[in-house]
Amino acid sequence: MNDQITTDPSKPAQRMRAGSLTLTLAPWIISAVFLAILPQIFTNNSTLTIMNQMSITIVFALAYNMLLGQGGMLSFGHAVYAGVGGFAAMHIMNMSDFFASIPLVVLPVFAGLFGMGLAMIVGSFSTRGAGTVFAMISLGVGELIAACSVIIVAFFGGEGGVSGDRTYAQPFFGVEFLQQIEVYYLTAAWVIISAALMYLWSRTPVGRMANAVRDNPERAEFLGYSARWVRFYSFVASGFFAGVSGGLFAINYEILTEENLNTASSGVILLVTFLGGVGYFFGPIIGAIVFTLLQTVLSLSTELWAIYAGSLFLATVMFFPGGFAGLIMMHVAPFKLGKLRLLIMPYIKTLIPAAIGILGLAALVEMTFHVRHAAAGDNEMTLFWTTFDSHSLIAWAIAGAVTLIGLGIARVTAPSLKEAWDEANTAGGAS
Amino acid sequence: MDLILVNLIDGLVTGLLLFMLSAGLTLIFSMMGVLNFAHASFYMLGAYFAYQISIALGFWMGLLIAPLIVGVLGAGVERYGLRRVHQYGHVPELIFTFGLALLIEEMVQFVWGKNQMPYSVPEILNFSAFAISGNSIPAYKIFMIFISISIFIGLLYVLTKTRVGMIIQAALSYPRTVEALGHNVPLIFMGVFGVGTALAGVAGVIAGPVLGTFPGMAFVLGSIVFVTIVIGGLGSLWGALFASLLIGWITTFAKAYNVKMESILNAIGFTTPENMDESMLRDLWSLTSPQIADILPYILMVLILIFRPAGLFGKRTQ
Repeated sequence: MNDQITTDPSKPAQRMRAGSLTLTLAPWIISAVFLAILPQIFTNNSTLTIMNQMSITIVFALAYNMLLGQGGMLSFGHAVYAGVGGFAAMHIMNMSDFFASIPLVVLPVFAGLFGMGLAMIVGSFSTRGAGTVFAMISLGVGELIAACSVIIVAFFGGEGGVSGDRTYAQPFFGVEFLQQIEVYYLTAAWVIISAALMYLWSRTPVGRMANAVRDNPERAEFLGYSARWVRFYSFVASGFFAGVSGGLFAINYEILTEENLNTASSGVILLVTFLGGVGYFFGPIIGAIVFTLLQTVLSLSTELWAIYAGSLFLATVMFFPGGFAGLIMMHVAPFKLGKLRLLIMPYIKTLIPAAIGILGLAALVEMTFHVRHAAAGDNEMTLFWTTFDSHSLIAWAIAGAVTLIGLGIARVTAPSLKEAWDEANTAGGAS
Repeated sequence: MDLILVNLIDGLVTGLLLFMLSAGLTLIFSMMGVLNFAHASFYMLGAYFAYQISIALGFWMGLLIAPLIVGVLGAGVERYGLRRVHQYGHVPELIFTFGLALLIEEMVQFVWGKNQMPYSVPEILNFSAFAISGNSIPAYKIFMIFISISIFIGLLYVLTKTRVGMIIQAALSYPRTVEALGHNVPLIFMGVFGVGTALAGVAGVIAGPVLGTFPGMAFVLGSIVFVTIVIGGLGSLWGALFASLLIGWITTFAKAYNVKMESILNAIGFTTPENMDESMLRDLWSLTSPQIADILPYILMVLILIFRPAGLFGKRTQ
């Protein structure tokens, strides 16, 4: 799984690596086992809900990255395919005769087919170009369909959305999916299956050609491949898996509304994918996990979580365009050189003060927010498990000092971190 | 007939407002080749700053100062944000402006809260200019038309008649040559970005009292502005003007005249089905033009992109 998507021209025989079967299969088996034992560790229902949400986002983000990362197509309306797939799944749930004859586990396939169908229609004209034209068409189509959800009540259910009941399906080996844990295993199984399929897709000639068309469409055309068809195939496949994620959403929440289609959801999935890193197959998985945690855990403790998420996103675009996955993969070279331990001390010296400084900054932001928006006379606020008066000078002084000192130390130690980094990336020499 | 005239004026106001945003956006696009998703956010900032200034110094100072602040902020974004991201390519640039739009909206909510601000039309303009058969036209609308048209003329004059405008135009087409002639091209880019965002700021200042100053105002207008410049042709100032007016009038007329899909379908020769509730197409039959007024621009854009990807006035072939 940690195989790089971008082909390295210096290693034409990169595919030979697939020969080592244990190495290829290991990440999949580990993650499958991990997903299987996870509910044994976290048993309460709310954690299960978060994990389900995470799984759905993983499938969606991976599908999105088939476009953005592997095909170089930036879509601003991808939630539409997931949404339409989900709505279709919802309608199948409500067709009682048909639904009673199929097991619930295959429902995402139907959702995927509907997402794929829509992607075929839209893709027939939108995949002519990549870049800005594609992005604009995706935005236009996304807005169109999102606006239609209020108009076409028969399919989208208007403001109230469409709801159903998953338990009317044919029991699957006696399981009726009444409990959250059963739904969890269904979702987890689908995550593994779809991730594996998407990974295999990226290894097929079509998947490889998607990379080629992303990097140099003209050259791909000269080699005899139609750039448009290659884009079309990626788009349709991505639509299928987006639909699958919509189907999983339908199974989990049993309701779909306009919110599943609108531009905000499309924006979130772009954010998730980019945060995780578009350059590597496993990037979106990290992005989905981190973002869902941010969304659920952080939004419980602060109203301002969207500001932090937005700042993190902007910082990622500006300083680490490779995302989290890019950051992790940067350490492969030092690891191979056996110099990773050189980095440990500089990291501790720089990153811990920086983290403390950022927490101090967050405290200042929270205090400003409290002073501005809390009811008059309500001066008490609780931050980092301490309750204090948000109007007192001491609190502001402490938070300001922590910020300044933390960021100051980080600034002072940053050059030595850079030195250590250069040293760790150079082969040979005394270590 | 009278109603047509009233709607023409309403559509003109909407169209010119759109134009003030799309003019800056299309200039920025022809300069950097990147669509600035945060453009409408600068429009929102303009409205909020003007509101804050108008509390202390009155509406007119707001109209003067707020766009300047927005322009400086925009130039700063170009200098310290976009220029940095530029090296990674176009897609990260687009994503950067997208993230910036999200962040600005959150920031505005952070400072001013989620409610609409009581930013209103100044007293001196709060009267009815004239009436067309009972429909009074507020003086503020005339003021908006006046401001937008003078900005358009000013922009056109600067771009085509002055030395600065010539250098800008040259820098848009041949940045390297202009740089070799001794002009500071990055500075020109930063300036154009600043002026473009300042224009959006002006639009925000004068639209805030009419359309409402609330955190969602950027989102409401944001995607329509893209649609406008895509329809007009990316990078074309005349195209932006034409498309803005077109969209302004289309949406206004679609809202003003309640055309029913049923009557159109009947006119073509289809008969209304007896059992409306059981028909799968019941939503198509009950469709009315005010319902679809807001999505008409998107339909138009998708059609344009399919049949004439360069836009109505565009020369750039993708």
